[in-house]
Amino acid sequence: MVPRAVFHGTLFLYILLKILIDRTAKKRYTDNRKRKSGVTVLKYDVVVIGGGVTGCSIARELSRYQLKTCLLEKTEDVCSGTSKANSAIVHAGYDAATGSQMARFNVEGNRLMGELSKELDFDFIRNGSLVLCFDEADRPGLDALLERGKANGVPDLQILSGDEARALEPNLSDEVVAALYAPTGGIVCPFGLTIAMAENAADNGVEFRFLTEVQNITRDGEGWRIDTNQGPVTARYVVNAAGVYADVMHNFVSEQKFTIVPRKGDYCLLDKEAGGLVSRTIFQLPGKMGKGVLVTPTVHGNLLMGPTATDLPDKEATATTAEELSDVQTKAQRSVKNLPLRAVITSFSGLRAHEEHHDFILGECPDAPGFFDAAAIESPGLSSAPAIGAYIAGLVADKAGAAQKSDWNGTRKGIVRPGPLPKEQRAALIKENPAYGSIVCRCEGVSEGEIVDAITRTLGARSLDGIKRRVRQGMGRCQAGFCTPRTMEILSRETGIPMEKICKNAPGSEMLTGEK
Amino acid sequence: METRQLTCIGCPLGCQLTVTLEDGKEPVVAGYTCKRGEAYGKKEVTDPTRTVTSSVRVTGGEIAMASVKTRTDIPKDKIFDVMAEIRAVTIPAPVALGQVILPDAAHTGVAVIATKAVAKR
Amino acid sequence: MQQHDIVIVGGGPAGLAAAVAARKAGVQDILILERDGHLGGILNQCIHNGFGLHTFKEELTGPEYAARFIEQAMAENIPCKLNTMVMDISPDKVVTAMNREDGLFEIKARAVVLCMGCRERPRGALNIPGYRPAGIYSAGTAQRLMNIEGFSVGKEVVILGSGNIGLIMARRMTLEGAKVKVVAELMPYSGGLKRNIVQCLDDYGIPLKLSHTVVKIDGKERVTGITLAQVGPDRKPIPGTEEYYRCDTLLLSVGLLPENELTREAGIAMNRVTGGPDVSDSLETSLPGVFACGNVLHVHDLVDYVSEEAALAGRNAAAYVQAGERAAANPVPLTAKDGVRYTVPQTLDTANMNDKVVVRFRVGDVYKDRYVSVYFDGERVLHRKKNVLAPGEMEQVVLTRQQVEKYPELRQITVCTEVE
Repeated sequence: MVPRAVFHGTLFLYILLKILIDRTAKKRYTDNRKRKSGVTVLKYDVVVIGGGVTGCSIARELSRYQLKTCLLEKTEDVCSGTSKANSAIVHAGYDAATGSQMARFNVEGNRLMGELSKELDFDFIRNGSLVLCFDEADRPGLDALLERGKANGVPDLQILSGDEARALEPNLSDEVVAALYAPTGGIVCPFGLTIAMAENAADNGVEFRFLTEVQNITRDGEGWRIDTNQGPVTARYVVNAAGVYADVMHNFVSEQKFTIVPRKGDYCLLDKEAGGLVSRTIFQLPGKMGKGVLVTPTVHGNLLMGPTATDLPDKEATATTAEELSDVQTKAQRSVKNLPLRAVITSFSGLRAHEEHHDFILGECPDAPGFFDAAAIESPGLSSAPAIGAYIAGLVADKAGAAQKSDWNGTRKGIVRPGPLPKEQRAALIKENPAYGSIVCRCEGVSEGEIVDAITRTLGARSLDGIKRRVRQGMGRCQAGFCTPRTMEILSRETGIPMEKICKNAPGSEMLTGEK
Repeated sequence: METRQLTCIGCPLGCQLTVTLEDGKEPVVAGYTCKRGEAYGKKEVTDPTRTVTSSVRVTGGEIAMASVKTRTDIPKDKIFDVMAEIRAVTIPAPVALGQVILPDAAHTGVAVIATKAVAKR
Repeated sequence: MQQHDIVIVGGGPAGLAAAVAARKAGVQDILILERDGHLGGILNQCIHNGFGLHTFKEELTGPEYAARFIEQAMAENIPCKLNTMVMDISPDKVVTAMNREDGLFEIKARAVVLCMGCRERPRGALNIPGYRPAGIYSAGTAQRLMNIEGFSVGKEVVILGSGNIGLIMARRMTLEGAKVKVVAELMPYSGGLKRNIVQCLDDYGIPLKLSHTVVKIDGKERVTGITLAQVGPDRKPIPGTEEYYRCDTLLLSVGLLPENELTREAGIAMNRVTGGPDVSDSLETSLPGVFACGNVLHVHDLVDYVSEEAALAGRNAAAYVQAGERAAANPVPLTAKDGVRYTVPQTLDTANMNDKVVVRFRVGDVYKDRYVSVYFDGERVLHRKKNVLAPGEMEQVVLTRQQVEKYPELRQITVCTEVE
């Protein structure tokens, strides 16, 4: 949290600036969202498919180059699939097999994350992680993890005794006999990271097209024709960052087929009252009890536990099950004493884009030149995203022979959060813009000013979930009970979307069924 | 002869009442614990009534809706007729507490009145 | 910094009654801080009737009941700040609040009355598995959208939980043309009033399924259906009893929680059972000069009792301002036992108590033909037969000064139920 305090001064200056440019931002928002009419085929140098953390990272890195780039996203917002429902962890990098793409990009992504969080103003805390060993018989496993971590280039790894681990984390189970401590492990806001990269990409000229679902990809001369539900698009190069659908995209163009099997993981999120139980991310060493679950604080002060792992054929099957939620709770209790399970405020599930070889598929498709895969991005995908983005964008730019832009600006300022500001600055902010004095979400203390910012800024939110992911409205203990009606009104007012058309997320998720 | 099963609403006990109806005779209530149960049973089978509450749209008001109610109980079988009339109403602000919204809702002889004042915007 | 004798946090039924009572007790300098744009709190959206039978001897709707108290507050010229959120209450009673006009400001209060009310328990707390689509509302949110904003929230509805708001909403949505298919209740009894079960469900042929819960929510974007299952005595679903209901809306009426974020942050001692602060018989919390009443103290069944309790808190806050801090001379703890879940107050100052002290409580199960008993240490001093006791209904016993004075060595008061 130190960086935040240091930034308060500049943040404050920015706030004043921000108010001045609000109107411009609003205009840009409409421009970004405007859909071109007619049947003209849209032409780009590069099309990135998928607005998850990987796609947005690649888009941001591509925005450094003199390339006309467009990102296609099938839902109404970025960060709507796997990127929104995961452990929110920046892994240290000891997990993946030495020499694998996962190992390389995880360690590199972890290294980049700190600097990136400052450039792009998102929440990232290097809180360190512990892998718990509950049984002396499993010790060799822990040692192997240490060796693998060293081989992967993970710095400062250390094995602790049970008591040493408990000295760091007093609420750890008495059963713990040893632990691997990785001080470089971190936690991140996955929405914050993805949205920040997307906004920065957009501000540097990348076009984002939402509600645009890719239906087919075919050769078009030297490049590609991408058929979408919004009409055709052509591009010299295509980047496939389609998450659980990456196999579908890849298999349109390649004879070397692969299959992504969605691997579902259920999670439980606990109230902030439980957020301080542990300060590091607590993993379990896979042992005779199975793979185990993690217990971790989130960057926002909640406690998260999960995930399970269930392979499913359905790429949209994000339904939690009673068995898995109960499994998460039982396993989490093994790591941390006195887990207050009554403090669960929500549960959710996410789908990891698992491929049988269990490694990232990165690079130009051998039998489809100009088509680049960033596929099979399962854990540690979030941690690796910054590194994957730079890598893929580099490949594309090399192939295109594209030069770097001279006016690229890699910094982005996040939504101003009055909550953590000192009282005087907060008071001054409200004086400048009274909307910051009106609290909409009581649990998270989110003001109208923040919600308006979330809607009117670059790639602004168009749905309640979009607002929630940007400013945490509705993420607190009442889970949007109080603030839903008011937030809907603000969204309707700022965008002109009628109340009856306000959606929770994608079209079809309308909140209301008409006027009474 | 007809019998009807009712739950008494007089208290949390919720006595299960059996009311026997025979032409030309006073209904006979069984299953009650106290007198309130007997009275309730008789009323429910001979003349069941309810107060209907809802809200109507207000134009030009500081809030969108004004709550309303039937001034007194209406026959239970008229609830949906009264609701149909209430749902068709839009009134201009200002609205006074107790203001008559419908003078004779669904020919019940009972007025629908505002239960909330709404000032002009 | 502004200074006020009494700051009242919340302008709902509790805050209004406390303010009026404090003024009538002689304190001039009172300020109500209300987060909404109107006074009256949750009563504004409770447009059904049934309020006020005890207080006004007539049946009023929620807005009418609120209006009576708002009129009294207006008649007393009690100032209030609307759209104002209290952010913090410090141990030395500096109240930090915020609104659009005044920005962030601080008030030094001599006494504070906490009247923040309660909120609804959300879905997450229940761990209902399935998708997370639109169309899942807590009953109160749906009630606000319908009654205040004038929107329809759904056409085919399943309601989980038979608390009063859920029952009222079953009728409300039916009257507005929606089809309410079923109300499911986890417990073997309803937490709602009998009158609401009859007039909100039976009147419209809406089935109430006791010992049932939602085991699955279907629909990726909007709810398309839910699955109910019967639960056993352990409240776990019984396999094979699943029933699917097609619907576009799931309303949750699964309990209310006192909203005590401010209380907790002020370091005030809390009660695990009520979710509210521990209070003495003067409704004073562990922080001297801070009083609590209404649903923030414990969830009430009738607003009439909220008003009564709040008036007492208001009078005591006034007395505190007028006489200054008065340490409890002889605080005797009240203990809830054998079917009684909690008592409010949690302590009784036998040296300074009023002539009569109302002790409110709730029971943990449905009991028929039971006695409610009060023990002063080992001796039973009150023994009253009740035909029925139910968790949904708040109960009370009255302790008198006269009675207490007979026990100068009193150490412990116990409220319990007894079979005989």
